[in-house]
Amino acid sequence: MKLPAWAAGVRLVPVGGFPPELLEEISRRSGIPAGSPALDPSPAYDPARDQYDSTRLLLELKARWEGRVMGAAGLDLFIPVLTFVFGEAEMGGRAAVFSIHRLRQEFYGLPPNRDLLVERAVREMLHELGHLAGLPHCPDAACLMSPAHSVEQVDAKSAEYCPACQAGLERAGG
Amino acid sequence: MSPEKYSILIVDDEQVVRDSLVHWFTEEGYEVEAAASASEALSRLAARELDLVIADIRMPGMDGLELLEKIRSEQLDTSVIIMTGYASVESAVRALKQGAFDYVTKPFDPDELSVAVRNALEQHRLKRENRLLRQQLAESFALTELIGQSEPMRRVREQIETVAGVDSTVLIEGESGTGKELVARAIHRLSPRRFHPLVVVHCGALTETLIESELFGHEKGAFTGAQYRKKGKFEAAMGGTVFLDEIADISLKTQTDLLRVLQEREIVRVGGTQPVKVDFRVIAATNRNLAELVKEGRFRSDLYYRLNVFAIQLPPLRERHGDVPLLATHFLEKYSRQMNRKFTGFDRGAMELLVSHNWPGNVRELENIVERAVVVGREPLIRAADLAINRPSEGTEDLSLEAVERRHIIRVLEDFAWNQTQAAKALGIDRVTLYHKIRRYGLKPPERTRATRA
Repeated sequence: MKLPAWAAGVRLVPVGGFPPELLEEISRRSGIPAGSPALDPSPAYDPARDQYDSTRLLLELKARWEGRVMGAAGLDLFIPVLTFVFGEAEMGGRAAVFSIHRLRQEFYGLPPNRDLLVERAVREMLHELGHLAGLPHCPDAACLMSPAHSVEQVDAKSAEYCPACQAGLERAGG
Repeated sequence: MSPEKYSILIVDDEQVVRDSLVHWFTEEGYEVEAAASASEALSRLAARELDLVIADIRMPGMDGLELLEKIRSEQLDTSVIIMTGYASVESAVRALKQGAFDYVTKPFDPDELSVAVRNALEQHRLKRENRLLRQQLAESFALTELIGQSEPMRRVREQIETVAGVDSTVLIEGESGTGKELVARAIHRLSPRRFHPLVVVHCGALTETLIESELFGHEKGAFTGAQYRKKGKFEAAMGGTVFLDEIADISLKTQTDLLRVLQEREIVRVGGTQPVKVDFRVIAATNRNLAELVKEGRFRSDLYYRLNVFAIQLPPLRERHGDVPLLATHFLEKYSRQMNRKFTGFDRGAMELLVSHNWPGNVRELENIVERAVVVGREPLIRAADLAINRPSEGTEDLSLEAVERRHIIRVLEDFAWNQTQAAKALGIDRVTLYHKIRRYGLKPPERTRATRA
C-alpha cells in the first residue's frame, strides 16, 4: 500500500496520553509524520457517559493546527447517537480522530497483543484518512474503506484500499 | 463505492442527533437529508421519493408514530425506522404494529444501527422490484397470447384495452376454441383487479346442484357430503375477477341466484342464512347466441342485460384465415420449446393444408393439430402428413387414435341426441371427461351450430 504524496502533509498528533512508541510505529508504517504537543481532550469529556465526544475533539484539533490533522487517541470516543465510535473524520475536510481504546484485546478481557494492536490501529487510522479524503464506505469487504463496527470487522478487512478507493485517495490531493 | 445510492431522511427535533446521523450515514455512503419536524419531513417526502425515513418517536407537534401513520395512510413508498431515547416495550410494539420496519434505542450500537438500516433498505428494494416485475409481467403477457393481424382481432384487442380499466361486466361471445378464456385473462391482467385472483368457473362441467355450491359456497351439513364449510368462487375472488365460462349452460334457477348476486353484491352460502358481502367483477362467456336463448325463454332476459354491458365478439378462425400462418408458427415455436424439438417451420404443402382447412374447432383445433405434429414430425420442417387434417381433395380417412376417438364420440353423442350424461355412460367415462373431450375436439350439437353467430 502506498499513500499519495499529500498524505505526508497530514500531521499525526497525540490526543491525551497516547503511548509515544505506538505513535512512532504508526507514523513509520504509514509515512505520516508525527507531531506534538498532545491535545488536551478534557473539553470533550462527557461525565454522564464517561466518554469523549469525538465531534468536539475534531473542533479542538482544527483550532490548534493549520492544515490536515489526524488525532491519535487512547480514549473511549462517542457521538451522541451512538454507543461508541472507533474514530470520526470530516468528510473531505481537515480533521480526523481515531482511538485505540476498543482496539486493545484487554478491552474484551483478553491478554494484550501488541502486534495485533498496531495492525488494527494502522487500519483504523488509514480508514479515517480515507474519509478525510472524502471517501465514503466501500461495499468491498476487503477494502480498508469498508465499514467496521467491531474489532472482528476491523480484522476481517485487508490492509489495502481497493483500486477504486485508492484512485479516490490519489485524486484528493488538493 | 456504493453501487446504488439509497436516500435516507433523518427526522429529529434535536440538532445534535440530526447532525451526527447525517454525518455518520454520509460516511456509510448514503444520500442523507434531515428534517427538524414531522411536518417538514412530509413536505420533503412530497417533493421527492426517499427510500428510508428514520424518525424520532418524541417530537413536539406531530410525533414519530403519527408521522408513520401518515406515511402509511398516504401509501408513500418508503420504509420507516422509529428511534427513541427511552426503550419501552409498549412504544416498540405500537411502532411495529403501525408498520415500522424496525425500532432502535438511542444511543445506538453502531453495528445494530447499520444492520437495521441495511435490512430495511433491502426489504424496500425487494418490494419495489417485486411490484415493478409484476407490473411488467402483467403488461407483457396480457395481449401477446391474442395473436392475429386481421382486422377483427385488432378490434378485439382494442376492446380489451378499453374495457379493462372500467369495472363493468363483460360478455364474450364466440365459438368453441376461439380463445374466450384468453380474452378474459387479458382483461383481468390489464385491470386494476390484476393483483387479486382470477377465478374460472366452467359452468358446463358442473351439475345443477354442484354449481350452486361452487359459486356461492356451502355451510357445513348443507347437504350429504358437506362436512366442512366451503367458500364459493365469488368469495374466493376476493376483489378479483370471476370468469363464468359457458354461462348459457346454467339452469333457470341458478340464473335467478346469479342475477341476485350481481345486483346485491352479496351471496348466501348453500344451507346458510347470513348474507356475505363480496367484491368481484364478472366476465361471462358463451358459445351460444344468448339473445336467441332469451327469445326461446331459456335464458333470463334481465340476467342477459346485466351481463351484456360490454360485449366482445370473437371471430371464428375461418373468418380470419389470414391469421392462420401466424398462429401456426406461434404454436410451433411454443411446442418445439416445450418438447425441446428443433422445428423451423412448415413446408409448403403443410402450410397450404393449414390455410385451406375450415377450422370448425377454431384456434384450439389448430393448436392441437400443431402440438401433435411436433410430436410425430421430423425436424426441421412440419410436412402435410404430420398434420391430422383430412386433405379435402384426397378424403382419405385419418386413422390416428385421436381422429378415431373424435369420430366415435360424435357418433355416440348423436345416438343419445347430445345428452351428455347418457353419452358419457355409454362411453364408460365420467361426464367431466366427456365435457373436456367435447371442448378439445371442438364438437357442437347440430342445433347449436345454427344458433351460433357467424
